[in-house]
Amino acid sequence: MTVATRLAAGATPTGERMDASDVELVFRREASRVLATLIRLVGDFDLAEEAAQDAFAIAVAQWPAAGIPDNPRAWLVNVGRNKAIDRVRRQAALRERRRLLAAEAAIASPVWVSEAEEGAFGDDMLRLIFTCCHPALNMEARVALTLRSVCGLSTEAVARAFLIAEDTTAQRLVRAKRKIREARIPYETPEPAMLDVRVEGVLAVIYLVFTEGYAVTSGADLMRDELARDAIRLGRLLDGLLPGRPAIQGLLALMLLHDARRGARATLDGDIILLEDQDRRLWDRAQIDEGLALVDQALRAPGIPSSYAVQAAIAALHAQAPRWEDTDWRQIVGLYEVLLRLHPTPVIELNHAAAVAMVDGPAPALDLLDALSARGGLALYHLLPAARAELLRRLGRHKEAEAAYRSALAVAKLAPERRWLARRLEELRCKGSDPTLSD
Amino acid sequence: MQYLLLIYANEAEAAKMGDGGRTAMFNEYRDFTQSIIQGGQFKGGNPLQSTSTATTVRLRDGKTLTTDGPFAETREQLGGYYLIEAKNLDEATAIAARVPSAKFGSIEVRPIMTYE
Repeated sequence: MTVATRLAAGATPTGERMDASDVELVFRREASRVLATLIRLVGDFDLAEEAAQDAFAIAVAQWPAAGIPDNPRAWLVNVGRNKAIDRVRRQAALRERRRLLAAEAAIASPVWVSEAEEGAFGDDMLRLIFTCCHPALNMEARVALTLRSVCGLSTEAVARAFLIAEDTTAQRLVRAKRKIREARIPYETPEPAMLDVRVEGVLAVIYLVFTEGYAVTSGADLMRDELARDAIRLGRLLDGLLPGRPAIQGLLALMLLHDARRGARATLDGDIILLEDQDRRLWDRAQIDEGLALVDQALRAPGIPSSYAVQAAIAALHAQAPRWEDTDWRQIVGLYEVLLRLHPTPVIELNHAAAVAMVDGPAPALDLLDALSARGGLALYHLLPAARAELLRRLGRHKEAEAAYRSALAVAKLAPERRWLARRLEELRCKGSDPTLSD
Repeated sequence: MQYLLLIYANEAEAAKMGDGGRTAMFNEYRDFTQSIIQGGQFKGGNPLQSTSTATTVRLRDGKTLTTDGPFAETREQLGGYYLIEAKNLDEATAIAARVPSAKFGSIEVRPIMTYE
């Protein structure tokens, strides 16, 4: 086993000779934890980031020859803190110095991180997550800050993932950190009374990162895949730090179960493959098993179920059906009804109607969709007319189905979705011209 | 650290409130103010007369321009403020959530800038 593979497995070789890529691996594993602890010790986001970079630069220079220290995390934290003190002393600008002098007083307090105690680092990681996802920051800032600080993405990578300019991302990060400092957003895990609400806030950020990464885009977009994986990594991290919380387990399960279908849900050209047409042998079984176990735990918890857990339970029923025909639609309808009570949204109404169509046929489902559109839900969303079109087609009302596909095409944005709708429309036209199939 | 809590609410709605409602609101504010005085967080605060009494002043090219009314027409108007002492933003927002008008209006929480 090479040094690199052992590091990847979580082991830390000490006193061994290593090359730059080994050091790189330690950094990737330790970066966010070192940052999390440094922020607490120096009391300032920017100063902690600079200090962490200094520490890593020294490690790159020293470790390949000297070997990795016994406790690389504690080493990086201590060197980083010393560098922060140096920086504070070097700062000449008056305004800067005043801000940083307060930091120096805090840094200089004799808390030498000797034995990197797992619990303390875990607490700092939670502080970092809750601060990055603080409700006083806007959603874009929360996402950018979380990806940058907790996941360790570069500013450029964050910008690319959300298709925004690097400048804009950098500005968002600067503004967010400034607000943290000047409005004094605490670097703390929220008090018990607020914990549930704040956890929900963190989960919303993670879910947004995941859905952004999971959206079907044209071709194989590696950056997007990476984003979904980052979201799963965040979910696992949070589940490890706050174990046994059904909402966290539910979201992690939901992401794992959806992501398990990744290899089966698009052709190599990036065309959508519907759930019913997917080759289920391509689903990631290990990931499904992990997801199923988590759903089970999340749903067994007493009290009102988390809506993530219920959504995960629906994904679990799909994952458990060996073939599309074996899907337990009756249970899926029931779960959507639970969701509609917990957290009614037009999208859930739409999905509920689609499941009803599988149990009771297209006619009652169409009534549900017509009621939804009468209330003005999802006006600019292509999925509603697309779902109506499917039901109308199954009812043999081809003319109306054609019109519905056209209105879906008029609002669909992503290229693969547009291609799929165009294909459906074409199929319908061909059938329409065949007198034996027309209505 | 000090924060200013700016209390915004719809004046037109407030004007429609009956005498009973007004008394209840007054009592709620009195209790809230008492509680933050006792908690040591109160640094100051006052209700304001309605925006119909407001005058906006600008100095342009050395000339004073005085106009009737508030600086901006908005759905909710500034109706009062508190200056509070709080450990951090979480504590400040928790206090803001207890301001009686938070139930129907909005409370803007602004950190006070400090010069050392």
